[in-house]
Amino acid sequence: MALRSTVVEAPDIAGRLSWFTQVREFCQQRPLGAIGAVVVIVNILVGIGANIIAPYDPLATDYGAMLAPPSAAHWLGTDAFGRDVLSRIIYGSWTAMLVGFACAFFGATIGAVIGVTSAYFAGRVDLLIQRIMDIFLAFPLIILALAVVSILGTGVSNVIMAITIPMIPRAALVARSSALAIREMPYVDAARAAGFRHRRIILRHMLPNVMAPYLIMLTAYLGQAILAEASLTFLGLGVSEPTPAWGLMLRGAAVQFAEAAPWMAIFPGLAISLAVFAFNLFGDSLRDALDPRLRAQ
Amino acid sequence: MAKYIVKRLLLMIPTLLGVAVLIFFLMRVVPGDIVELRFAGESAFAQKENLDKERARLGLDRPLWEQFVTWMLGILRLDFGTSMWTGAPIIEEIKLRATLSFQLAVMATAIAVALAIPLGVVAALKQDTWVDYAVRIFSIAGLATPSFWLGIVFILGMLIIFKWLPPMVYTPFWVDPWQNMLQLVWPALAVGYRYSAVATRMTRSSMLEVLREDYIRTARAKGLWEKLILSRHALKNAMLPVLTVVALEFAFLMGGLVVTEQVFNLNGLGMLFVESVARRDYTLTQALVMLVAFVFIFVNFTVDLMYAWIDPRIRFR
Amino acid sequence: MTDRGGCRLDGPVRMLAIVLALAVSAVSARAQDKPRYGGELIFAVPSEMPSYDGHREGTFGMVHPLAPHYSTLLRVDPNDRTGTKVVSDVAESWVISPDGRVYTLKLRRSVKFHDGSEMTSRDVKASYDKIVFPPPNVGSQRKGQYTNVEAIEAPDAWTIVFRLKWPQASFLASLASPYNWIYSANILAKDVRWYEKNVMGTGPFVFVEHVKGSHWVGKKNPNYWDKGRPYLDGYRAIFMKDSAAQVAAVRAERAHIQFRGFSPAERDSLVGALGRKITVQESAWDCAAWVAINQDRKPFDDKRVRRAMTLALDRHQASQALSKIAVVKEVAGVQVPGTPYATPPDELEKLAGYGRDIKKSRAEARRLLREAGVPDGFAFTFTNRGVPMPYEPVGIWLIDQWRQIGLNATMVTIEASQHVTELRAGNFTVSSDAQCGYAVEPDLDLAKFQSKEISHNNYGRYTDQVLDELYQKQSRALDSEERKRYVREFERRLLDEQVHTFVTLQWHRIVPHNARVKGWTITPSHYLNQQLDTVWLTE
Repeated sequence: MALRSTVVEAPDIAGRLSWFTQVREFCQQRPLGAIGAVVVIVNILVGIGANIIAPYDPLATDYGAMLAPPSAAHWLGTDAFGRDVLSRIIYGSWTAMLVGFACAFFGATIGAVIGVTSAYFAGRVDLLIQRIMDIFLAFPLIILALAVVSILGTGVSNVIMAITIPMIPRAALVARSSALAIREMPYVDAARAAGFRHRRIILRHMLPNVMAPYLIMLTAYLGQAILAEASLTFLGLGVSEPTPAWGLMLRGAAVQFAEAAPWMAIFPGLAISLAVFAFNLFGDSLRDALDPRLRAQ
Repeated sequence: MAKYIVKRLLLMIPTLLGVAVLIFFLMRVVPGDIVELRFAGESAFAQKENLDKERARLGLDRPLWEQFVTWMLGILRLDFGTSMWTGAPIIEEIKLRATLSFQLAVMATAIAVALAIPLGVVAALKQDTWVDYAVRIFSIAGLATPSFWLGIVFILGMLIIFKWLPPMVYTPFWVDPWQNMLQLVWPALAVGYRYSAVATRMTRSSMLEVLREDYIRTARAKGLWEKLILSRHALKNAMLPVLTVVALEFAFLMGGLVVTEQVFNLNGLGMLFVESVARRDYTLTQALVMLVAFVFIFVNFTVDLMYAWIDPRIRFR
Repeated sequence: MTDRGGCRLDGPVRMLAIVLALAVSAVSARAQDKPRYGGELIFAVPSEMPSYDGHREGTFGMVHPLAPHYSTLLRVDPNDRTGTKVVSDVAESWVISPDGRVYTLKLRRSVKFHDGSEMTSRDVKASYDKIVFPPPNVGSQRKGQYTNVEAIEAPDAWTIVFRLKWPQASFLASLASPYNWIYSANILAKDVRWYEKNVMGTGPFVFVEHVKGSHWVGKKNPNYWDKGRPYLDGYRAIFMKDSAAQVAAVRAERAHIQFRGFSPAERDSLVGALGRKITVQESAWDCAAWVAINQDRKPFDDKRVRRAMTLALDRHQASQALSKIAVVKEVAGVQVPGTPYATPPDELEKLAGYGRDIKKSRAEARRLLREAGVPDGFAFTFTNRGVPMPYEPVGIWLIDQWRQIGLNATMVTIEASQHVTELRAGNFTVSSDAQCGYAVEPDLDLAKFQSKEISHNNYGRYTDQVLDELYQKQSRALDSEERKRYVREFERRLLDEQVHTFVTLQWHRIVPHNARVKGWTITPSHYLNQQLDTVWLTE
């Protein structure tokens, strides 16, 4: 299907300004995006340093302190098994970042490669790849996720696969429409005439120019992947207990005790919302920043 | 133009066929057996011969290719078969739920559009001011909150504060519009708010493009309202990507609202989907997937037609 | 009262006043206990039935909306909390021959089907033939329970006779099965599968409508054989899959009751919100959380390892802790605590894993593991069923308990439909399992643990002839004390000597309902007591 395609100048984007200056400009011009980026970085650091930061073992049960409200001992309270909510959220950050980045990276990248390849070769190859992408696009997410989980079992790597697969055709679509515009440019023809191999042309000339939409997709998918993991886990198809994961913390006991022990549901929900919010803010601002470069000459 | 239409129509067929093949084999590869589930469940006396009898009755013991061909031939006759779980014709199972899902999708889309276009336009007109920031934060907040969390909070809030609950049973709109709206307006708002985020963003960036046109920039001196009036013609073109996004999301709303339906207790296609997959009811799942895929492909087709009509270059590609 | 007038008549007037007051209060108290006619009972049902045929299906999603339309020969006393006492339904009396092999039942004469036709022994025989000797294309889910039946005879219009191959203590309970609905012989003769899609019985309520995915409606049967019943004008069952939605409905007083049960948290939130408007009935459930161990996989073929696994569990602590968050509570053996054949708690404590000294049990568990050559930190997968309550909390607890003796279990959750298949196929090492019976009866509750050659649901894949013999002995023992002895021996061999499998905790049934609902008594089985003829609503 046809999306509004955008054209980018061929030469490299890493321009004259230094990297540091660009970042500073970004923060000054787009404060929202900067805030988003900061939150994302904090999330990543917390996830990586979970071992050091978390006050308790996320799996340690304590039947003497079940459903305890927030206190000095447990800053965010405990859940139905007496496990510390704060520690589980911290460790859950690791799972969320892992799932988010893995899905977004693989989904956007594989999708971009397929999309660009499809645009480059055009003709029958394009038609075929388009059909296959259409088939997966038309497929409901739930079914694909269920199939993956049922065949391969639950667990982080399988959840990543279940979420990545529906992302690929969408990324391919966007990448393809960007690449279609470039294909017609003279320097691509020149490269072909010069006898460069297909792979080289695709990788060295076409891919860099879909960099902008690619980056935008990446940040958009980060947020979506985290939400998708939460939804899948809520339905019972994602990661399973006792792994600390934000989506997992929102189902079962959290819903039942929503009135008696609201901290069980509130904090993981806030964690998810904050992370997705931050990713989206950053992605939005990134698109705005890259926008001027995308304008047609 | 006619040639373009025919070409696109023909292209729908391999896609549908691909979906059919994929769902057929995917369901059968996934382990689990409807007969086991129904008769073994939590009871102790299920015997193997009973289970085999049942499998034969459902046609599960026939070779795979035969099952596939039978199903395909049935579809060509518009006979979608019977549900393996209840034995009732699939059309009957789907009818009522599809009505609810369709209505919910329409309402959610309407709310999304009603929110997105004014908000997006305003955000574009006042770019980089606090109005712009407020709109962006508002719409992204909708995108960021998990829908089931929102639903749970909503129902609990209703109960605790107002001691009130939406109607538990679905009444079609033409039977009792008030009860119908009372049940569906809340999930429609929740879903519509989430989907407005994408459309708002799209509207905003399209509007920004339009505003950069020279003839609009020169109207600077005349003020904002002038800008809006001048740009209304260009707006039509700018709305295209927005409509594309909205149309695609609509296709996704049919059968995709699994979690929302569960939380608001709605008898829709999403719940039916989850149940049929959980029970390994092959015929019902297959029919549902084909329905959803068809809606998606049809919407895609309509959007393509719209683009081709507006941009003649595409027709001759 | 003036001094003069009151004094003179004071004594007798006061006596009269007191007597009157007592009389009035006695009358009004009885008036409160006296069933009131009218009203529609609204209840939530968590799952919907696949077909309408009780002989074929097993789910409670079918029993709850459909049972009120039908009668059975005998039934479990609706007022009996243990769910074991058998009383009459459409069979008004019965005689068992001295050798225990012939059951003769006399039918009531005033029973009519909802279409007006009279019910006779011909209908009973046709229905039971369908259950016990089903035609080739008809499924009968509990056929395996009736292999003992040799013949079913209807010598005259009001008598039905069952001849058994050998005496069976539980046969009377089988006749009281909540699934053995009496169908019309004429209809079965025309189309033996008619009842899968249609409803027509002799029960207290007549079928009105069923909207798929939405609701089921029944209304009072004016010609019910039990004159004066039912009390309700009708009932409405609403299908609600999500438990939070069910709780919300009861809380907003849109639904009166949900018959299967709620979790402790849900009960607490309802009581907290509605206070005296909610009555809570609780009972041990005829379901228990078992652990299946695949003895085809090393080192679980070694009974020392299995014994260690059960010794590691602190059941008494779990009973206190888990009962706050999950629908499990009682520490039990193979029978529902509080029922006739259940082992009393002090005797139960002698079995492995039931003792009070957990430190000692765990020390012995570690010793057994060392002896069996299992290294510390040994890892294995624990397969759990993908149903949140109570499988998830029990699973988390099990993994935690096994960690305490150096066993490293990883939980893998599998969808329900897949779980049964995997269990049967033996694609697991250790798994959660539930043993649920529709009535409290050792024949039903113990059948599955017999050797794999006999029981298709023997997930442990073991053969144990001693166990099989004990099962047969208890099944044929007509003297209840003798039967108790055999059941205890069975339990000891299963849970203690051989540890083929073990039970963690008994499920706990909690039904909080609107205080207006009267006449419904909770039993351990959520399949029993669902005809609703004794239920009434106060004003």
